[in-house]
Amino acid sequence: MKNVTDMQKDIESYEEDSQKDKYLTFMLDDECYGLEIRYVTEIIGIQKITPVPEMPDFVRGIINLRGKIIPVMDVRLRFRKPFQPYMDRTCIIVVDIHEICIGLIVDRVAEVITIPESEVVSPPDVQKRGNRFVMGIGKVGQEVKLLLDCEKLLNDHEVEQLHANT
Amino acid sequence: MSNLREDPILEAYLTETTQLVEQLEEIILVCEEARGFSEDMIHEIFRIMHTIKGSSAMMHFTNIATLAHALEDLFSFMRNHPQQEFEWSTLSDLMLEGVDFTKLELCKIKNGDAPDGDESDLIRRVKRILESLERGELNPIPQAPLSRHYKAHFFFTEDCGMENVRAYQIVHQLKEMVEEYRHHPDNILDELAADVIRTHGFQLWLKTDKLYDEVYSLLSNTSYLRQLELFLTDSMAEQQAEEGSAAENEVCHDNKQTAEKQHPSRDKEAVPNTSRHQGKTINVNVHKLDELMDLVGELVIAEAMVTQNTDLIGLELEQFQKASRHLQKITKEIQDKVMEIRMVPLVMSFQRMQRVVRDMSKELGKDVQIKMVGEHTEVDKNIIEHISDPIMHLVRNAIDHGIETVEDRVAAGKPETGVLTLEAQNIGGEVLIIVRDDGRGLDKARILQKAREHGLIHKPEADMTDRDIYNLIFLPGFSTKEAITEYSGRGVGMDVVVQNIAAVGGTVSVDSTPGQGATFTIKIPLTLAIIDGMNVRVGESKYTIPTTSIDSSFRPNERDIITDPHGNEMIMVRGNVYPIIRLHERYRVETNITRIVDGILIMVEQDGHRTCVFVDELLGQQQVVVKALPAYIRSFHSIEGISGCTLLGDGEISLILDVQGLLNMK
Repeated sequence: MKNVTDMQKDIESYEEDSQKDKYLTFMLDDECYGLEIRYVTEIIGIQKITPVPEMPDFVRGIINLRGKIIPVMDVRLRFRKPFQPYMDRTCIIVVDIHEICIGLIVDRVAEVITIPESEVVSPPDVQKRGNRFVMGIGKVGQEVKLLLDCEKLLNDHEVEQLHANT
Repeated sequence: MSNLREDPILEAYLTETTQLVEQLEEIILVCEEARGFSEDMIHEIFRIMHTIKGSSAMMHFTNIATLAHALEDLFSFMRNHPQQEFEWSTLSDLMLEGVDFTKLELCKIKNGDAPDGDESDLIRRVKRILESLERGELNPIPQAPLSRHYKAHFFFTEDCGMENVRAYQIVHQLKEMVEEYRHHPDNILDELAADVIRTHGFQLWLKTDKLYDEVYSLLSNTSYLRQLELFLTDSMAEQQAEEGSAAENEVCHDNKQTAEKQHPSRDKEAVPNTSRHQGKTINVNVHKLDELMDLVGELVIAEAMVTQNTDLIGLELEQFQKASRHLQKITKEIQDKVMEIRMVPLVMSFQRMQRVVRDMSKELGKDVQIKMVGEHTEVDKNIIEHISDPIMHLVRNAIDHGIETVEDRVAAGKPETGVLTLEAQNIGGEVLIIVRDDGRGLDKARILQKAREHGLIHKPEADMTDRDIYNLIFLPGFSTKEAITEYSGRGVGMDVVVQNIAAVGGTVSVDSTPGQGATFTIKIPLTLAIIDGMNVRVGESKYTIPTTSIDSSFRPNERDIITDPHGNEMIMVRGNVYPIIRLHERYRVETNITRIVDGILIMVEQDGHRTCVFVDELLGQQQVVVKALPAYIRSFHSIEGISGCTLLGDGEISLILDVQGLLNMK
């Protein structure tokens, strides 16, 4: 029994290792954002979204992912960027954050890149609202990628709720 | 819980033992009602204790096993001395304490804790009863002193495993009742013995004063027994001889043959009861059923995707149509079967109340009898889990506050014994569970006063019907009984009942006649998993309305529509006026159809309240698999009027409307 669990642990740590420092990058307008790859389940094209009433505007509704019903969030709207109609480049990144499955609508998906920890700096302490979802800035050559804090993306909606209540 | 999944033996043990304990509790309550233990019951209890003892010992839960052993001894004595008088009420009290003890320990095991309860006190009391029974034996059964010698030969079913432990159980169980015994193989605790027993059976010689039938029935109670041979022998000498020869493993075969000749009919009977039952039922984890249900839901959708595929439009495919109709029929049948599997009768939940009633009436010095009607009504497993607590709460309330003490009842000219009725009935797609007592009924004046104190009355008191007043008790923060007893009135009132029931889409109401009792009615849907629904369209969105709440749907006439000065729209139907809810406005859906006469009105009803829902068009009726909205969506706030969602045949999502919620939205 012990051996099996040990092996399992090995595999898990190996998987964790192989996913370490890897980010899936996507574009919103001209900005490039990165998501930790361990959260990503799959990437699907845009599909019919069923709106759910009484939701904040960034929650576009729910979709049918092979029989599983998952909510979708428009990341543009989450970052208070203007809404843009969906096209064939529009993608839904399905992420699983602590057992909560959610689709993130982005303009287009770029690539998977490795950014070593040494190349990541904490975001400048700007009071701007959109910044609270950024947990770090990764440097890749001359470019910078804004690395997102997935958990905050999901859970940090106090501000909106306060807004909605007033 | 993860612990449990990994160990199927432990899981099986827990399920089996829990069932046995519940069965035991039921038997004791029945006995108590009959004011005595019948012979059959004693046998049954003995059998249960025996099984619990065996399996608990095997799992190394010693405290459960020792307690079961003590009780088994007690009942074994009673079984063998049917003429013996005994005090049934002390005994049943003790048995119930034993039941509670075992339940608690099982609960600990389930939660992954060690079963560390102390059984010694209970055992002491069991022993005391047993001793007093033995002392009180004034007329010893005449044939008792005559000791006989028996030889028993056991064969276990081939794949039962741990034959040596099973043999040990037999020996262990015999120790108390036999004067002398020996067995082959000698050292049954040795692993090697298992192989010997498997191939040659287990042989036991014993000397006891019991009659042949008694010994036989006791021995044949062994689980996993394939064959049992039991015969009288003359003396210990023969035993010695036989033992010697058996040790060489030569004579076994011959022995068996002679035995078969001697008792050919016995062998067939020796097949234990348990194996006969095993083929009939199996225990399945509810999660697996849920998964199966989901899969079937997907199958239904996949089937629709194939048979109604857009590629097929305009094609004449006779064979294909035939085949797809066949497919549809089968999927429908699978769906029905899966639903059926999930349905369980309410009888278990009801029987649990028997115990509550018994304990409470004893404690409170009231005389209450429980009556059950329609307890075999079946409800979805998930729902049962949600309604057990509310029923318990209502039952406790009825006994604590409703039914009067014996003196009060006599003074009021009622029979001494109060009657608590638990009733279940199936009406359409719903199940009614009624908890009725014949106690003093609800006190209207007190309820009103209390409601006033707490500021719970929102309309003129003169306008309130009796029913309205009684139903005030369901409001949060309402509790009429000042004194807190052990059983109810712990500050959590009826509103908790309402919440629990509402969680499964049900409602609670109450009616009462002063002096004659109160009736609580719980109305719950038959199933949560699949409902009959009417699909409607509003703009791009689709909604499903449960058919059970639909009264009618119609295309309205311009002249029937009334608008009041506040802009509220209403419609006159057959002389009555009903409010109109525009779904597209309520849920801010864009649609071209905004004139009432262009769309369809659906009249929905819940608890006697009616309203008309305005939609673009009807899409048709269909059985839909109910799915909860994703947790993330629910984390914002619950959406009034929407209870869940479902997948339609084309893979699109439809939101399921909750009529109750719609009516409450103002």
